[in-house]
Amino acid sequence: MAKYLLKRIFYLFLTLFLIASITFFLMKLMPGTPLNNQAKLSPQQIKIIYEHYGLNKPVWQQYISYIVDAAHGNFGLSYQFSDQPVSYLISSRIGPSLQLGAQAIIVGVFFGIIVGSLSAIRKNTWIDGASTFISILGISIPSFVLAILLQYYLGLKLQWFPIADWGGFSYTVLPTLALAASPFAETSRFVRTEMVDVLGSDYIELAKAKGLSRTGIVWHHALRNSLIPLVTVIGPLAAAIMTGSMVVENIFSVPGIGEQFVKSILVNDYPTIMGVTMLYSALLCAILLLTDIVYGIIDPRIRISGNEG
Amino acid sequence: MENADENILEVKNLTIDFHTYAGTVKAIRDVSFHLKKGETLAIVGESGSGKTVTTKTIMGLLANNAEVVEGTVKYHGKNVLEMSEKELENMRGKDIAEIFQDPMTSLDPTMRIGRQIAEPLQIHKGYSREKANKQALEMLKLVGITNAEERINDYPHQFSGGMRQRIVIAIALVCYPEILIADEPTTALDVTIQAQILDLMKELQEKISTSIIFITHDLGVVAGMADRVAVMYAGKIVEYGTVDEIFYNPQHPYTWGLLNSMPTLDTRKGKLESIPGTPPDLLDPPTGDPFAARNPYAMKIDEQKEPPFFKVSDTHYAATWLLHPDAPHVDPPDAIKHRQEVYAERLKKGTINLGHIHSTGKTSFGADNDDAIGE
Amino acid sequence: MEEKMNLAPDAFEPVSKKDELDDEKIVAPSRTFVQDAWRRLKQNKASFIALWILAIIFVVAFTSPITASHPNESNPNYANLPPKIPGVNINGLNGTSVVAGKRVDAYKQNHVPSKVHYTLGTDYLGRSLAQRILRGTLVSLLIGLFATLIDLIVGVGYGIVSAWKGGITDIVMQRIIEVISSVPNIVIMVLFMLVLKGGMLPIILAIAFNGWTTMARLTRAQTLQLKSQEYVLAARTLGESTFKIAIKHLLPNLSSVIIIQTMFTIPSAIFFEAFLSYIGIGIQAPTASLGTLISDGQKNFQFLPYQMWYPAIVLSVIMIAFNILADGLRDAFDPRTARR
Repeated sequence: MAKYLLKRIFYLFLTLFLIASITFFLMKLMPGTPLNNQAKLSPQQIKIIYEHYGLNKPVWQQYISYIVDAAHGNFGLSYQFSDQPVSYLISSRIGPSLQLGAQAIIVGVFFGIIVGSLSAIRKNTWIDGASTFISILGISIPSFVLAILLQYYLGLKLQWFPIADWGGFSYTVLPTLALAASPFAETSRFVRTEMVDVLGSDYIELAKAKGLSRTGIVWHHALRNSLIPLVTVIGPLAAAIMTGSMVVENIFSVPGIGEQFVKSILVNDYPTIMGVTMLYSALLCAILLLTDIVYGIIDPRIRISGNEG
Repeated sequence: MENADENILEVKNLTIDFHTYAGTVKAIRDVSFHLKKGETLAIVGESGSGKTVTTKTIMGLLANNAEVVEGTVKYHGKNVLEMSEKELENMRGKDIAEIFQDPMTSLDPTMRIGRQIAEPLQIHKGYSREKANKQALEMLKLVGITNAEERINDYPHQFSGGMRQRIVIAIALVCYPEILIADEPTTALDVTIQAQILDLMKELQEKISTSIIFITHDLGVVAGMADRVAVMYAGKIVEYGTVDEIFYNPQHPYTWGLLNSMPTLDTRKGKLESIPGTPPDLLDPPTGDPFAARNPYAMKIDEQKEPPFFKVSDTHYAATWLLHPDAPHVDPPDAIKHRQEVYAERLKKGTINLGHIHSTGKTSFGADNDDAIGE
Repeated sequence: MEEKMNLAPDAFEPVSKKDELDDEKIVAPSRTFVQDAWRRLKQNKASFIALWILAIIFVVAFTSPITASHPNESNPNYANLPPKIPGVNINGLNGTSVVAGKRVDAYKQNHVPSKVHYTLGTDYLGRSLAQRILRGTLVSLLIGLFATLIDLIVGVGYGIVSAWKGGITDIVMQRIIEVISSVPNIVIMVLFMLVLKGGMLPIILAIAFNGWTTMARLTRAQTLQLKSQEYVLAARTLGESTFKIAIKHLLPNLSSVIIIQTMFTIPSAIFFEAFLSYIGIGIQAPTASLGTLISDGQKNFQFLPYQMWYPAIVLSVIMIAFNILADGLRDAFDPRTARR
């Protein structure tokens, strides 16, 4: 197990290194520079600015210093907000994003499990039909459309929650709902499929033959067996939430990473883009590793044999 | 208990349809049999002949698309088919238990085996977890798991197939059920393990005096296990009798075919016989004897009318027109003839102690008596 | 009982056994795999309706260059006109809108000639929303389809090669996929779009680049399974070339996995197009796509909700229909789930 873990962590850093390198060279290919909109500057000024951002050195030197800095969590200075370190930009904005993301995952997965299991237990009834339809809606309606609708109807019209901005918990409700739709739908579909599979398995038949009641079967056997594999989709769900956060944070004016990312894209703020890219990748890698470990712990089949994973 | 001769389980005229998208599958047609205390009844047939559906009916575990068209399944006189879900739950695992074909998939992979064995005790006897675990341990020892104390907290995947089937047996027998249904319990196992499991079942049957319904497609397994045998074909029972009667004095051509396709020590030809053709489509069963198309002895009547049961002995009935008094005498395959000769010899010597026998060919007509499996 | 047994005199004559019985006779009517899947799909009403809805959307979208020939023709005098269908007097479809709490006829206010009407209204530049939605749908569908096509070719090829070669090739190829999938896909697409700048082709490439890994994984898993099957082994033993085996044996057996995955990829590609266009780095003005239309419409949502509602509804209907169809296809192609 320890060996496996070490190997995985090594691969994690290798992956991050590769991503850092690729993004660096991609950015070098980009047409834009911090001076994009300031073509009228004198050569002298340009030279000063280049020195300021370290762009005057040969590319390989820039690369090495970038990688070394990145390893220390330093992604240089933002072009957009002059002289603000990217790491400061990110760290001051990560709180709201993490909170929204965590809330959305918890809400989405929790209700997804409930709806998905109900759907499987009452397979081919109207309950199943209704929850399948809701899940399809959740997967099909883009987060930005949902966010706008929520903002307009629950925020503006009904005034249940603040329309935008960031303050107390009530400010998080609408963005959380908008973000939770996709994990909810994915979870409920996944749980339904798993549970239908499990309910048709031999060991459930044996549990029936033992004389367990319907609820006993679901509670003692079906639920655990269908929820364990759910851990494996947490990673993809997190990635989906990162995607969603870019527009949802924008729509609700949440001062988070996603909103920052979109702003940076629109103004070619490459250091920030690279910084956020690295942050997102590191987060996703960490989540994937973590879910693998958790999966190994809660599934007895993997726990004991310990190999692969 | 009370009367040793009492039928603890009586299945009468059971007819079950399955409604599928392709149409109605007539899975079980007019099946009747009974089970006495402590005996082992083997139900033999090809896959798809309705063996498993029969057992599912007894357990009250039929699929949603199944419809019981006719018939009763009486356990101690109470019709299982009319029981409430609650009553069924009380019966399952306590009075009638079942073990399945594939031990690799019939245990919950995420639950410790001790808990799985203890579960029925907690449900049916209201034992505390501790008490149930203790008894589970006893049961685990009884089914021959070595180091039971250590292994009781292991998970299913840590056991081999044979060991898992022992665990499944432990689960089934932990409440000392009156009837154990074993649905092809050895099919998925290696041959050497098969024998061990069969021995274990016989041993336990004596220890806890349970009756067994043994479902199999393998006649070879039946010989050592069963007291009586029912042969099923295309959703019907075609012949039933004591194990000696079925093995040494078979009357139905299908039974002949089954016995003939069984490898024996004196299979010298180097080639196993097989029954030509395939079982009929139960979506649209043929009129007459469903076996007619594959029956080398088929007569015109076979294609027109389903044969009723003809009595061979008090315990032995077969549904084939060959037993009709007007039917011509046919020569069974050599191997079967040989078997019948052995049977006649043993009859003379008196090593067969079951019922008096009518001479072959001259059989009386199957009037229903207490023992009869319907017609 | 004896009476019942009134048997014909020839009843006990043996039946002459005709031909040899076929031991492998299959009693159920034989259907090819595709026929069987099609039949099951037709039974799934929701999927079948979804299929028809998509067919209609496709026909309407692909004829739009003829039916909606001037999507970019702006007419500042007619800006922000609400939908108006002559003869229909339902608020929202009769050319009226609420201004300062009062419902007024926007067409009259703007002095629009009485024979001019816009079925779905106009946008802030006075362009016909109906025409723009039609053309936007076409753009979105095209991007979705081409991105998926590239996904399909790259992903399936990659998956087969990886599984077939095995060994170190497989390990390296899988590591590459692992690295790519450790980056959130939206980030990959954004980086791509930054390098390539806006336009249809870059969007297609960006979406395809992020989607093919799933297809490659599925194909690889399936190929690995098939590789060990006897008939593939037999073909290899008989000396068939790898390429021929791939075409003759692998592809047909991979088809169900591929078709199902394709059906899930198309809506996700359409979604990502809308997403990129929505945040402003996708399709560039004045070309319309469903994403840009929603983005434009959102600005006026409070006052002219139809400007976002219509493209949003079209986008959602396409996504829902594709997802339902994909679900149905998965059930139809997977006999394991179909019997349930």
